[in-house]
Amino acid sequence: MTRSSDDRSFRIGTGAFAALVLLIVAGIAFELTRQSTLSIAKFGLKFWTTKVWDPVSGDFGALPFIWGTLYSAILALLIATPIALGIAIFISELSPRVLRQPLAYLTELLAAIPSIVYGLWGIFVLVPIVRKIEIAMGAKPALGVGMMAAALILAVMVIPFTSSVAREILKNVPATQREAAYALGATRWEAIKVAIGFGRTGIIGAVMLGFGRALGETMAVTMVIGNSPQISASLFKPQYTMAAVIANEFTEAADELYLHALIEIGLLLFIITVGVNLLSRLLIWSTKRRAVTAVVMPMVAAEEVPA
Amino acid sequence: MTANLRRRKIYSGLFEALCALAVIVALIPLAMILFYVVKEGFGALNVDFFTHMPKPVGESGGGMANAIAGTLILICIAAAFAVPVGCLCGIHLSEYPGTKFSSIVRFSADVLNGVPSIVVGIFAYGILVLPVKRFSAIAGGVALGLLMIPIVVRTTEELLRLVPGGLREGALALGATRGRAVFSVIVPAALPGILTGILVALARVAGETAPLLFTAFNNRFWSTSLTQPIASLTVQVFTYAISPYDDWHRQAWAGAFLLVMMILALSILARLAVRRLERMNRS
Amino acid sequence: MTSALMTSSLTTDVTRESPSPPRFLAGEKVAKPDEGAALAQSETKISVRDFDFFYGTAKVLHGISLEIPARKVTALIGPSGCGKSTFIRSINRMNDIITDARGKGTILIDGQDVYGSNTDVVELRRRVGMVFQKSNPFPKSIYDNVAYGLRIGGMRNKRQLDDIIERSLTRAALWHEVKDRLHASALALSGGQQQRLCIARALAVDPEILLMDEPASALDPIATSKIEELIYELKDNYTIVIVTHNMQQAARVSDRTAFFMLGRVVEYAETNTIFMNPKEKMTEDYVTGRFG
Repeated sequence: MTRSSDDRSFRIGTGAFAALVLLIVAGIAFELTRQSTLSIAKFGLKFWTTKVWDPVSGDFGALPFIWGTLYSAILALLIATPIALGIAIFISELSPRVLRQPLAYLTELLAAIPSIVYGLWGIFVLVPIVRKIEIAMGAKPALGVGMMAAALILAVMVIPFTSSVAREILKNVPATQREAAYALGATRWEAIKVAIGFGRTGIIGAVMLGFGRALGETMAVTMVIGNSPQISASLFKPQYTMAAVIANEFTEAADELYLHALIEIGLLLFIITVGVNLLSRLLIWSTKRRAVTAVVMPMVAAEEVPA
Repeated sequence: MTANLRRRKIYSGLFEALCALAVIVALIPLAMILFYVVKEGFGALNVDFFTHMPKPVGESGGGMANAIAGTLILICIAAAFAVPVGCLCGIHLSEYPGTKFSSIVRFSADVLNGVPSIVVGIFAYGILVLPVKRFSAIAGGVALGLLMIPIVVRTTEELLRLVPGGLREGALALGATRGRAVFSVIVPAALPGILTGILVALARVAGETAPLLFTAFNNRFWSTSLTQPIASLTVQVFTYAISPYDDWHRQAWAGAFLLVMMILALSILARLAVRRLERMNRS
Repeated sequence: MTSALMTSSLTTDVTRESPSPPRFLAGEKVAKPDEGAALAQSETKISVRDFDFFYGTAKVLHGISLEIPARKVTALIGPSGCGKSTFIRSINRMNDIITDARGKGTILIDGQDVYGSNTDVVELRRRVGMVFQKSNPFPKSIYDNVAYGLRIGGMRNKRQLDDIIERSLTRAALWHEVKDRLHASALALSGGQQQRLCIARALAVDPEILLMDEPASALDPIATSKIEELIYELKDNYTIVIVTHNMQQAARVSDRTAFFMLGRVVEYAETNTIFMNPKEKMTEDYVTGRFG
């Protein structure tokens, strides 16, 4: 009576706020689409394959930014993944117990530094260093800003994310897996390889998580990448990413088409990062589940009757 | 020892050493960043920094008083928006965990967590700036709040789930309605952790720049108005950093230093809050 | 019931040729033992003298002294938590991976000290196989599971591997059930099959000793009896030490039994004696079920 109506209003009341979260996500997708209709209508699919980005003549193509985003993110992954995995392995398997917490904390500190601070350090410390490296390598032009600096700074930012998830995964590998390896005469590294093999799906998920993070990173990248919409495999040329062009040109967009083109880029960024993140969560979740079943299942299964 | 065994042991040692090297390699940029922030930033701090507005372009001196105030105002708005929404959503998810609705909401929160902050900024621009054709503190605060929500939802839900079921049953058995049981017994029990989650989320958004670029925009003057553009530490640091003026560069470092200190303070506060409230809960 | 086991344990088995010196002694040249060992078997395979074990400051094993005979099954029984698992894991130094755990005293295998400075742990664990309470196959194929120990030992030749894998799976009484699906995932097997797979995996590296820590406790009765049959067949070629909670199992399967209680060996004798005619009252109380 009164009680159940109270309970119902509790449910509906809290449910309304829960629904709000749902609406927000839907709203983002909707709003991004709504605010890019002009660009979608004018350019259609060509938008994604055109290299030209000319605000003056109103000709927009997103290819340079897609290139820059993917290239920088993949490079960052190549650098960050072995380091992040090495850290995860060290902290969870090799380090003395006293060092574990401090090292974990220090790694997470990397994640707590704001993007703008990374960018500031990038401009004034990293870029000069990269310029010296480029000069030493004989690159022309040796500006310092460019893909290399962006990849390096992204790699540092991605490391803590991949590392902490990988650490969780390794922690959840049942001890009996490693024990089985040891009992068969494995060295410590061989036992670690067994653990990694057990958690390999989750570790791939951890790497994808880092990838998603690198795709969406804005400030640090825009401050060191040079912001020039050219497609180049060279590490030394300045390039441009999706997030960076939005950050730089949004408030300068003089006409609606310009704005819509930028927002359409935002829409693509949204779709890609959400997709990558969901995939990564799926992979991580499926490994956690396997860790549990590996322990529980043998006890539950009944013996097969031989033929 | 056979040759095979010797080789395996060497490999084992080698790879273990590489892992240790990885740790060192990762700590180098950390040390460098902190070093430079402290060295350049602390040295550039002075009283003016906290009390003066930015000087016009080209003039040296001035400070970031308005930006500091702005960041504080923005995170307050963000919290005012995100805390009720996030907590109540988290409460719903923990009370009705199995329903289809809850699964969809949980999924949405996960999706929201992965959206780049600049995209969230575009969304806030679309719904709060475009209709009134004006940048505002509210737009910026809401954008930050949106970024906080997934963190608050997740911590709230997880912590409420950890509260022993016996507590709820005890309250219900004494005649409390569901709502009352939750708010008077269960939430207080999980409060330290929930508060930590909020502070952690705050620390994360206090350092955000991208979503503010076209929501709160920036403001050279002192402003605490919610419906006007407002300065913020992060945007100010960005503006100064990419400028060609040395004095502004110095101030950018100072701003970065302050930002890092602020985030550090929030994290420490989070830890202290947990400990203090846990002690209170126990007594 | 036990009488059949008794008669078999009394016959001395001289079919196995004298053992080659334990290879786990790192680089040490061992002279062929002089004492006419050519045909006669040394009775004791594992000799434990005054062995203590500590987790941190807590002493969990007190002065364990046992002589474990070669190619027989020795069972360790006793209530839970009394140190049986800790003891068995000390034999192949699995406790080394637990921090803050250390043993004191002597464990000799064929006269050589397990904890001696000359002993290489990795080699030791190849010679002393272990099967765990909950089967723990790797998430790989059946073939790859059994091949694991061989591969890390450096064996690459496919024919050799195939050969040994077939032999091991046969010895573990699993070959006929899996021979057509060697490359299927090991996790698709039932609990009992997984445990036999783990036994095959352990046998593949040709150990001399097999340690079994409650190998059947997680299995249903049919699977359990299969494992017990297996143990009975294996003891012709391997020295087996088995920890078990199940007294009937110990009575069925073992030649000698040690009764552990609170980290000490209360009594150690022929299985028959322990169960029919125990000397200690505590032993009698335990085996008659007065506590457990």
